Amino acid sequence: MDILIVLIPLALILAGVWLATFLWSLHSQQYEDLEGAAHRALSDEDR
Amino acid sequence: MTTLNPDLTGFLVPVAETTSRLDLAVEGIRCAGCMATIEREVGRLDGVVSARVNLTDKRLRLTVNDTTAPARVLQRLEDLGFRAYPFSPRAHTDQSAIEQRRLTRALVVAGVAAMNIMLLSVSVWSGHASELDPLARDFFHWISALIALPTAAYSGRPFFDSAIRALKARRVNMDVPISLGICLALGLSVFETWSSHEHAYFDGVVMLLFLLLIGRVLEQAMHRRTRAVAANLAALRAEHASVAQADGSWVECPVDTVAVGARLLVRPGERIPLDGAVLTGRSDIDQSLVTGETAPRAVSPGDTVYAGTLAMSGTLTVRVDRAHDRTLLADVERLLAQASETKGAYVTLADRAARLYPPIVHTVALATFLGWMLAGLAWTEALAIAITVLIITCPCALGLAVPTVQIVAAGALFKRGVLVNAGDALERLAMIDHVVFDKTGTLTEPTPAIANLAAVPPHIQAIAGRLALASRHPLAAAIARATGATLPLDDATETPGAGVTAVLDGVEVWLGSPAFVGADAQACVLAHQYPSASMVAVRVGTETAVFALRQPVRTDARATVAALRAAGWPVEIVSGDRATAVAEVAAAVQVQDWTAGARPADKVARLHALTQAKRHPLMIGDGLNDAPALAAAHASIAPVSAAHVTQAQADFLLLGNRLSLSLDSIQIARRARTLMMQNLWFSALYNLVAVPIAVLGHATPLVAALAMSGSSLIVMLNALRAQTPQEIR
Repeated sequence: MDILIVLIPLALILAGVWLATFLWSLHSQQYEDLEGAAHRALSDEDR
Repeated sequence: MTTLNPDLTGFLVPVAETTSRLDLAVEGIRCAGCMATIEREVGRLDGVVSARVNLTDKRLRLTVNDTTAPARVLQRLEDLGFRAYPFSPRAHTDQSAIEQRRLTRALVVAGVAAMNIMLLSVSVWSGHASELDPLARDFFHWISALIALPTAAYSGRPFFDSAIRALKARRVNMDVPISLGICLALGLSVFETWSSHEHAYFDGVVMLLFLLLIGRVLEQAMHRRTRAVAANLAALRAEHASVAQADGSWVECPVDTVAVGARLLVRPGERIPLDGAVLTGRSDIDQSLVTGETAPRAVSPGDTVYAGTLAMSGTLTVRVDRAHDRTLLADVERLLAQASETKGAYVTLADRAARLYPPIVHTVALATFLGWMLAGLAWTEALAIAITVLIITCPCALGLAVPTVQIVAAGALFKRGVLVNAGDALERLAMIDHVVFDKTGTLTEPTPAIANLAAVPPHIQAIAGRLALASRHPLAAAIARATGATLPLDDATETPGAGVTAVLDGVEVWLGSPAFVGADAQACVLAHQYPSASMVAVRVGTETAVFALRQPVRTDARATVAALRAAGWPVEIVSGDRATAVAEVAAAVQVQDWTAGARPADKVARLHALTQAKRHPLMIGDGLNDAPALAAAHASIAPVSAAHVTQAQADFLLLGNRLSLSLDSIQIARRARTLMMQNLWFSALYNLVAVPIAVLGHATPLVAALAMSGSSLIVMLNALRAQTPQEIR
């Protein structure tokens, strides 16, 4: 059971990191134009 | 013709010291190719810092460091084949984008929290089987509490806020019992954890928040998409006015910025942008969008003209004058206020369920508490069981039952080209049993066409078409379109208000009013055949011919009316136009029941009469004079060519040119209502099963989590079926 002392905080930290990343991507307006983003991925031009 | 410089400075929003931002609605963006071309070409222009296309909303966001750059951008876009229109800064403050981001954050926080708490809960649940150390179990519960409490405080905000708003207004909505359930479940769980008991409901609460938020986020996304299209439409309809400057020049300005007293220039073929009085010039004006009347009215200096009317023959200067006699508009506004006051009677399905729900559930919970007390249980334990009853009946499936169906149905309509303006519009449309049509612009096309094209010899048609290209008169435009002319005649001269003449291969050719061309007799004969038509005559040397132009009946109008009648609903026409014109259209679409010369108040009176006879009338109309009637009807539909005020009143807006879209809307609405009822009944049934389990004290957190999430998921999946229309009868 001792392993839980390590694993639970680790799980929480990982979740926190993921959450922070998502909130950052939301804040930088990456979800404003989902249709455009799908096409931009295929475009050769660097933008 | 005076050259006009579009003035776009009013649209710029400053973002930094030297740069400002401008949003354009761009017509014609369809694919990734368009997006790349626009961004590359516009980005190259002087003064443009960045150009970014939003393909979802069909918009271009510019950042510029030079106030003259937007004019160059518009020019460049036009060269590329795109028409772009700026948004007025008022439309800029887009609250829905902010709201959507807030809800998405709440959703993601709840999702992450739910996953982590579930991780802990699964250990606890399996621990029950394998004798988990009570100390470890409490430890897990405390960690769950540490995650769940802040999550509920953050992600639950949308529900708590809405519940508090409803309670302040002395109403009950579904968010009130949801908030109560969430708070009680958290309170009980903290208490149980504190007293080192077995059961805590943190997992169920956070999971439910997550599911409910999915519904909210999708709903908001749907609203936002609808609003984006509506805002684009508003911008595309180019609300610009040519305003006289002190130095005598004319500058094109957004209508919002034009002050009372300004002088406006209105050329033939343009809509008059604001109400006012004519200062100089004479013209026939087409008032069909305002009054439904198709016969043009002649105006001269001193006459009052309304916004939305179309100058047909001459150039006018108009003084903007709001305080002036606005009989029609004042009438419309007064009737609108009345209509929306008397309308408040409809209670949505969700609200009806929300009103029924709390008394029943709270009585059951109280009875449970008293029952267990009488059975000899300690009051703390009896209370705990009573609270589990409240938790397990937390109306999450009920909360999702109606909105999820609305989202799916509105999405299906959006794909077909129908915008849903109001949340409860679908349920109301599903109930209609009587249809009232406006004539002008609804059953008929909004633009005129030639009624007797085949009767005019082809060589005369061709010349008439080429002459018509030289004029800006709306009837001339219709002739040019119908004859397919592309090559204008050189040195054609236009006599304002009369017609166009030119010389072709040594022969004089004329196009214009029958009096101007000298074909009065022929026009008179034709007027008997087409009583509601406008006449335009053409002369080539000694040959003359007369075109009868009128707004043609929409091609699918007859089939649509027939389908509505087949469903067993009476169909009638109530129009502001003359009796002869209405009779003609009524005959064409086979409607026997029609009223002509109806003023806005008459239309409203007709709808009130229907409502009082316990009918549920659907009003379909486009004119300004229809706006109060749309507001008074049980449900309302407007085509996209409708006047602004009318569009704002309509529950549904048909984006395409097809009237049959209204049938599709009714079918989808009926399907949606069926599914809403199914979902509500399912939620009731779920409670019927879950409540006895809770009352008897068998509702463990595992049972609660499974039952509550399971019922929410079933309701959501059932809602997906709203995409397929339900045949009427």
